[in-house]
Amino acid sequence: MSTKLEDIVRDATIEVDAVNKKENRTLYKKREPIFPKRAVGQFRRLKWLIMIITLSIYYLVPFLRWDRGPGAPDQAVLIDFPGNRFYFFFIELWPQEVYYITGILIVAALLLFFFTSLFGRVWCGYSCPQTVWTDLFIAVERWVEGDRNARIKLHRAPWSLEKIGKYCLKHTIWLLIGIATGGAWVFYFADAPTLFVELFTLQADIMAYSFVALLTFTTYTLGGLAREQVCIYMCPWPRIQGAMMDEDSLQVTYKLDRGEPRGRAKKAHDDESFGDCIDCKQCVVVCPMGIDIRDGSQLECINCALCIDACDAIMDKMGTPRGLIAYDTDANLARRIAGKAEQFTLLRMRTVVYAFAILFVCAVMSYVLVTRSSLDLNVLRDRNPIFVKLSDGSIRNGYTVKILNKERSVRQFAVSVDGLPVETLKINDIEDNGAAPIVEVKPDSLRSVHLFISVNEADLASASEPVTITVTDTENGNSVTYDSVFIGPEK
Amino acid sequence: MAGTPRKDEISGVDTTGHKWDDIEELNNPLPRWWLWVFYASVLWSVVYWIAMPAWPGISDYTKGMLGYSQRSIVQNELAAVKASRAEWDQQILNSSLEEIVKDDTLNQYALAAGKAAFGDNCSGCHGSGAQGGKGYPNLNDDHWLWGGSLEDIHTTIAYGIRSTHEDTRVNDMSAFLRDEILEKSEISDVAEYVMSLSGTATDAQAARRGEELFVDNCVACHSEGGLGNRDLGAPNLADSLWLYGGDKATIVQSISYGRKGVMPTWEARLDPVTVKALSIYVHALGGGE
Repeated sequence: MSTKLEDIVRDATIEVDAVNKKENRTLYKKREPIFPKRAVGQFRRLKWLIMIITLSIYYLVPFLRWDRGPGAPDQAVLIDFPGNRFYFFFIELWPQEVYYITGILIVAALLLFFFTSLFGRVWCGYSCPQTVWTDLFIAVERWVEGDRNARIKLHRAPWSLEKIGKYCLKHTIWLLIGIATGGAWVFYFADAPTLFVELFTLQADIMAYSFVALLTFTTYTLGGLAREQVCIYMCPWPRIQGAMMDEDSLQVTYKLDRGEPRGRAKKAHDDESFGDCIDCKQCVVVCPMGIDIRDGSQLECINCALCIDACDAIMDKMGTPRGLIAYDTDANLARRIAGKAEQFTLLRMRTVVYAFAILFVCAVMSYVLVTRSSLDLNVLRDRNPIFVKLSDGSIRNGYTVKILNKERSVRQFAVSVDGLPVETLKINDIEDNGAAPIVEVKPDSLRSVHLFISVNEADLASASEPVTITVTDTENGNSVTYDSVFIGPEK
Repeated sequence: MAGTPRKDEISGVDTTGHKWDDIEELNNPLPRWWLWVFYASVLWSVVYWIAMPAWPGISDYTKGMLGYSQRSIVQNELAAVKASRAEWDQQILNSSLEEIVKDDTLNQYALAAGKAAFGDNCSGCHGSGAQGGKGYPNLNDDHWLWGGSLEDIHTTIAYGIRSTHEDTRVNDMSAFLRDEILEKSEISDVAEYVMSLSGTATDAQAARRGEELFVDNCVACHSEGGLGNRDLGAPNLADSLWLYGGDKATIVQSISYGRKGVMPTWEARLDPVTVKALSIYVHALGGGE
């Protein structure tokens, strides 16, 4: 019986795999752990330096003091939510001046565009908090568990006391860094030395502890656990920056024109038919993103330049020139292949436009900041009733006058009105001194007074007359004006 | 457009088969931790259902174990605000009106409280901006029947006019025609005289005739020259403001049938703090003396 069946089976069989074969189908990608090897070289040194500078700024700035006189906080950088103020060294911002923050954000964004168009992803590679903290967390991991090979060995080893102990130590240090990060964050919102003591004596506000907990969690999770996943899956910047870069932007590049064809044969036989790349994969093992730079420009590459250090070290040993992996441009690659000389073009349309945009915004901001008045005036005309007729037949309008004294001293302001044949000028509960009523405003505060202007009906040329209200500092003569209208009956 | 998935040559990744304007979508797998986060969110929602108000029922909803309720939070906040007001209210109660006005903080508090109370209790007759109307005085101007000082205003609000309060303010404008005190023609003459006081008379002869009648019948309350008498609530007839209207027909109407405006006593309806706050608010409207 079997012969016939076997024939049928044989005839029906085709050597093919289903396109969507189950074991080839992966809806979700397993994360492969990355064990970056320690790199040594100029870029690694630069990264250490930038890490020290940025972390020092972050952790220490809240403790800088800045004397603003009595009654004002002496913290150099303070976001005072209860007091509605933002303090930055000599600058003191009120909530209505939040546009300064907008200006700073615009300059920051333009700077980011500018540097990206010039030097590629330098932000990602050196100064992004994700990069800095991940770098710190990897350094801790390396200190506890050893370099790449030791870590891989430990990772693959079965659970043992030593493994548990090392993992516990690593995660504890990570959590402590997280707590320090969250702790430093809250210092920007309250007097740092006071809050420092309060945090440790359990006297601080529940909000402070909540934010410390939240930032501990995010620092530990993003910097320790998620690492490269943040850059690859969460961050929008790698996707956006393509728009800022062109063929003249510097990128960490494997010079394939020099390296290819790669192979160990060169090392073994000094074979001239091979390129300079000996395929030692040192650039791969130092990469914190787990990529091979030789595959070309990739979304995952944060341009941290550690592969440059790794490759340069090998080139030194090989006696070949450094810079097989280096900051390079696509244009230069094309030029070299075409046999032309390298050329770095920094002055390009987009870099010039970005530079001018930065200068323009900075100039506008500086101008506004320098000419900023320590006095502000807002006038709201009464609308209900629009005007009041008095017993002597004159017409009266009411105005809510808000005077903002941004100085740290009591100031006296004379309120005067121009553009109308004013009969009487009155502010409730303020003695009329025969000239302009004087309003006293406390330091660093706003005072709202009700101003009444009366005009003889016969003196009104039309139903709506322009009027200018002026507030003048009686001491230094500084003044601000506000244009409003005076409304009377229809003529 | 949906099409057949194929392997992309450059990336080596399968496409989803979706293609728009010749742009194809690669079917890159999501990271597995993303799936965990999704499951964690599902789990969290279950926790949330148990802990917080979540499911609507027919007449009620599941309350959740934490007892969270926005309504009770608002009620607590309102209670806290009320409690914080108690201290201020006590200060208002213990201070005289003059003392309150001189204290900037107390004054601001009283003005805010007065404004709110005015909207609730007074704007029905006096208007939302206290601009008044025919028969209802405008409180912004400087024309006062019973006086515009803080005390006067306070008394008027507390006791009312022609109200049920025993100390109520009462004035008595006679109905000169209905009570047959004056003839129609005489009333017309008096009206002309009254209009002449503010320079709006049209018939000088009639005004002169009216002057005698005015001296005989009106001066007792409205004073000489029609300047009024606040003790009696008799309005000044010589200024340019009119409660009922300054045209001749209205003045004739007022003389012929009298006027009996009414304002309720607020002492019984509002607490003393509110009455004080109202007095300060009305006084600050612009006409306060």
